Amino acid sequence: MSFPDYLFLFGGMGLATYLPRWLPLFYLAHRKLPNWLVDWLSLIPVAILCALLAPILFTEQSTRSLELGKPELLVAIPTLLFAVKTKSLGGTVLVGMGLYWLWGACL
Amino acid sequence: MDTDHITREKTLTDSHSWFRDGAKASWPICFGYIPIGLALGVLADQAGIPAWAVTMMSILVFAGSAQFICVAMLAAGASIWSIIFTTFVINLRHFLMSSAVAVHLSGLRRLFLSFFAYGITDESFAVNMTHFRKGNWDHLRAITVNQLANLAWVASTTCGALVGQFIPAGAFGTDYALTAMFLALLLFQLHNAVYLLTGLTALGIAVLWYLFIPGDSYIIGASISAATLGFFFKRYREKHK
Repeated sequence: MSFPDYLFLFGGMGLATYLPRWLPLFYLAHRKLPNWLVDWLSLIPVAILCALLAPILFTEQSTRSLELGKPELLVAIPTLLFAVKTKSLGGTVLVGMGLYWLWGACL
Repeated sequence: MDTDHITREKTLTDSHSWFRDGAKASWPICFGYIPIGLALGVLADQAGIPAWAVTMMSILVFAGSAQFICVAMLAAGASIWSIIFTTFVINLRHFLMSSAVAVHLSGLRRLFLSFFAYGITDESFAVNMTHFRKGNWDHLRAITVNQLANLAWVASTTCGALVGQFIPAGAFGTDYALTAMFLALLLFQLHNAVYLLTGLTALGIAVLWYLFIPGDSYIIGASISAATLGFFFKRYREKHK
C-alpha cells in the first residue's frame, strides 16, 4: 500500500476510535449528571477491569476455552496479596512480572 | 467552571508538581506498553507494513488491541472498510470510560476535553480513575498520564518495527506487566461489598460471554450488566439499612 492508502486506513481507524472516546466527555462534562448515573458510572471501572482480566485469568485464549489453573491465574494470587499488603502499584507490577518470569524459567 | 473544581485546582496546582505526579503514576503503563508495542511492531514488519506506517498508525489510532487486529487483517488481505468497522466495534468500550471520567472533568474547556479524549485507553483510564477516587488528582496530572503513555506506545511500536526481531519475546516477565497492573488497580477499587459484588459478577459474565460469543463484545456486555446489577444491589442495601 502507498502513503495515501495508509493515511486513509489509519485516519478512518483513528476517527472510529476517537468518536466514542470524545462524545460522552464532550457532552457530559458540561451537564449536571443525575445521581443514579453518577452511581452507575462509579461501578464502571471495577466492571471493566474484571471484564478485561477474566479471559486472561480463566481461559485459554488461543482456543477460547475454559482453563482453570493457568500460570496467569496462579501468579495473580501472590501478586494480589502483595498489592493488599503494600498498596503499591509499581511494586505490584514488578513483583507480578518477577513471579511470572520465574514460573516460566522453572518450567 | 464550578467552585468545586476551582478549589480542587488551587490546592493541586500550588504545589507545581503535576508533571512529576503524572509521570510517577504513568510509569507502570509505559513499562507495560514496551513489550506489547515491540510485539506489534515486529508483527507489522512481518506483514510488510513499513515502520513509518506503524508510527502513523500508533499516533492516529492509539489503541492496542485494534492495531493488532488491523495488522492481522491486513496480512489476511481484508478490505479497508472492514478494518475500520472492526476497529469501531472493538473500541466502543471507550464510550463507557469517557462517560465515567467525565464526572471528574466537569466544567473544563471543550478544547482541553477534546484533547484529553484522544488519550483515553484501558490503562490510562484505570490509573486516572484510581487517583481521582483518592482525591489527590486533577486534569493536568491525568492528561500527563495519557500523553506519556501515548509517547511510550508510539516509541515502542516504532522500535518494534525497526529492530524488534532482535529482542527475545517475553523477557523478564514483561508480558505480565499490564495484567499485574490491572490486578492492583482492581484491588484498589474494591471499596465495599457493592464493588466486590460488581467485580465478581463482571468476572463471571465476561468468562461465559467470552466462551460462547465470538468477538470482543464481552467487555462492554459484562461491564454494563455487572455495573447495572451492582447499582441495584447498592439501592437495595440503602433501602434496607
